[in-house]
Amino acid sequence: MSDTAILTSALVILGLPLLSYVLTFFFGSRLPRRGDFIGVTFMGAAWLLAIRIFLTFWKIADPSYRVEGSFTWVNLGPFHLDAGILVDGMTSVMLMVVTTVSFLVHLYSTGYMHGDRRYERYFAFLGFFSFSMLGIVLANNLLFLYIFWELVGLSSYLLIGFFFHKHSAASAGKKAFLTNRVGDYGFWLGILAFFTACGTLNYFELFAHVHAGTISGTLLAWAGVGLFMGCVGKSAQMPLHIWLPDAMEGPTPVSALIHAATMVAAGVYMVARLAPLFGHTAMEVILYVGAITAFVTSTIALVKTDIKRVLAFSTLSQLGYMVMALGAGDSVNAMFHLTTHAMFKALLFLGAGSVIHAVHTQEMPDMGGLRKKMPITFITFLIATLAISGVPGFSGFYSKDGILGSTLAFGMTSGQYIPYILGIVAAAITPFYMFRIIFLTFTGKPRNQEKFDHAHESPMNMAIPLMVLAFLAIVSSGFKTADKGWFSRFAAPYDVPAVAAQFDLGAPAVAHGLVVAHHQSVSGMGEVIEHEGAEHSAAGHETEMETAAGHAEHAEHSEHEAIHHKAHIMAMIMSITMATLGILASWWVYYMGKLDTAALLQRLKGVYTVLQGQYFFDEFYAATVYRFTLWWAAVCAGFDRYVIDGIVDGTGYLTRMMSWTSGLFDRYVVDGMVNGVASVLQGAGEGFRRLQTGRIQTYLVYTSASVLVLILVYKVL
Amino acid sequence: MNVGLPHFLTVGAILFALGLFAVMSRRNAVGILMGVELMLNASNINFVAFSRYVEHAVDGQIMAAFVIVLAAAEAAVALAIVLAMYRNFGTANADVAQRLKR
Repeated sequence: MSDTAILTSALVILGLPLLSYVLTFFFGSRLPRRGDFIGVTFMGAAWLLAIRIFLTFWKIADPSYRVEGSFTWVNLGPFHLDAGILVDGMTSVMLMVVTTVSFLVHLYSTGYMHGDRRYERYFAFLGFFSFSMLGIVLANNLLFLYIFWELVGLSSYLLIGFFFHKHSAASAGKKAFLTNRVGDYGFWLGILAFFTACGTLNYFELFAHVHAGTISGTLLAWAGVGLFMGCVGKSAQMPLHIWLPDAMEGPTPVSALIHAATMVAAGVYMVARLAPLFGHTAMEVILYVGAITAFVTSTIALVKTDIKRVLAFSTLSQLGYMVMALGAGDSVNAMFHLTTHAMFKALLFLGAGSVIHAVHTQEMPDMGGLRKKMPITFITFLIATLAISGVPGFSGFYSKDGILGSTLAFGMTSGQYIPYILGIVAAAITPFYMFRIIFLTFTGKPRNQEKFDHAHESPMNMAIPLMVLAFLAIVSSGFKTADKGWFSRFAAPYDVPAVAAQFDLGAPAVAHGLVVAHHQSVSGMGEVIEHEGAEHSAAGHETEMETAAGHAEHAEHSEHEAIHHKAHIMAMIMSITMATLGILASWWVYYMGKLDTAALLQRLKGVYTVLQGQYFFDEFYAATVYRFTLWWAAVCAGFDRYVIDGIVDGTGYLTRMMSWTSGLFDRYVVDGMVNGVASVLQGAGEGFRRLQTGRIQTYLVYTSASVLVLILVYKVL
Repeated sequence: MNVGLPHFLTVGAILFALGLFAVMSRRNAVGILMGVELMLNASNINFVAFSRYVEHAVDGQIMAAFVIVLAAAEAAVALAIVLAMYRNFGTANADVAQRLKR
């Protein structure tokens, strides 16, 4: 594929879901099958194109190769805002992930949503959502990233609140939207900080600016934290994770789409894509937020009985892993885990959807023994569970292992072991609660006979996506970690110990993220243009450093290599041990029934309450943020009512009084004068008209009298 | 008693004043006409009197004859008008004829 062909295909991939949205939204209800085939075929076509781009980059096998096309969107004099798309290895992987899951979810939804009253509307929203997400993946500058970021927020609101006639669903949609707003606020501030300092929003121009030191120090740190706040919102990191469990109110395929491959992945993708923009302070924040999220949310999953909620908290936990990896400077393994997680988590959600479709409940205590009734669902769900638990041979093992290895390497270099410890504990908890789902749902005796009798295997249009995803959940890792396997063709591995070493030096962890190599820019018209000098100088800078540092650098590098190697082996042994422990414990407790869980809960009542209450984050926000917001709103309303309204009303009153006075003056003085003149004239007229009688004799009298007077006057004078 | 010019002028003045009073006060058109005649005749007396006291002058007497002719013609026309008016209004009162005033 030529560069132009890649760009064109990418644009078509972006356009197809939008077209599907428009067609389904406006004409869906008039089409046969209410237009669902549009969404499925368009998404299928987008998927095929994504595969083509993916294979192209597979062949190129150069992480630094990128194709960029853009045109000036708004010209602001000294600045200009561009609209453009960027396709490189990382983008092609994300395109692949998003279109795969989106297509399979579209297909699956034809079964799951069958007979829904607003069936065509559902498919329209799915298309809109896919469009927004693909926009995030393809954007080549922060402004368009932000625009599509907000579109994802909007479409997720529409999808989560799809069953809006249910109060809980409506408020869940609202909660997701508003919580994301909080993160987006920081995100926008971060974008503005970068724009103010560097005057550009293009990714690679920004990288060059950061490398050249245009933006540095405190501003860089806070700008990075700002950008990360966007990730905290979208990727549901603590403390803004509260929307994700509630978002389970949406239709289950939507959960699979939003919580596996798209929306929550957007935050991780954003940080990985913009990795060079994060200084070491921001990285440290990212690292700890991710580690704490991974651990804390996994503990909540232990006690939840709603199958979708357990999956929601497992999603939070896995996202915590990805963010932790980003913080450790290993965005490649983060992206790798994102890819594999997209496959097995989509599968888990769709499998759970299949179960819910069959038994019409989400409560695991009402399930049990479904293995025989739903063999396809059971086997695919089991594969996904093995993958997320980190059992060797399944995709999750390799990606999670990469992350834990990097975190351990980070700890060995910087001495900060806490993230690794939190991660490895969560790695033991994950298989425990995942196998709890398996044992409670699919094995044992049915606990609700009525629901069990009703259950049946799902139709083929739901089963096929499950099987495809099960296949991908096994092979998507390529049975190797990111730096050794297929993923290294798409993203350059990071030298984690070097990043960690830079933490100590206090220098921004930039050099590693900045991929400086040959690349081509393609303008909107398709011609190849020369790129600006900024990055060439950056390249020169790097080589200079290399020669100057000489052998010492080399020695340090091999030392890092050794640490990395050692860490990965240790991490692998640890994670296999932890996974085994978790699975065995789960088997012992839930399958063999050796532990009286009820008695245990009785004894650990305090812990149970805290976990069941999700660490009372919602209550905490209700008591602080919400209450403060309401109080502040009341203050504002009071100010509005009494001060603003008072001023307005006072002004109105004053005006009224003045016009009343002015009215008086007008009525009595001005009108009096006017009327006075008129009445004087009228009176005079009244008087004089009496003189004119029309009778000649009267006039004769006047004449005679006048003559007499004249004569007298003449005589006297 | 020696009758002189002032006596004639006084008679003429009295006559004129009577005529004027009649014209101003009478409502009957015929009465008004009679007043006019009186005034014309008062002027005639003046003309004749001045003519008597100016040597070798007959202008006053000629003027008087003219006035008498004029008065006759005037009386003829005016009485015709009064007759027409009486036919139209059923009365000879001058102030009844107010059609143009309205």
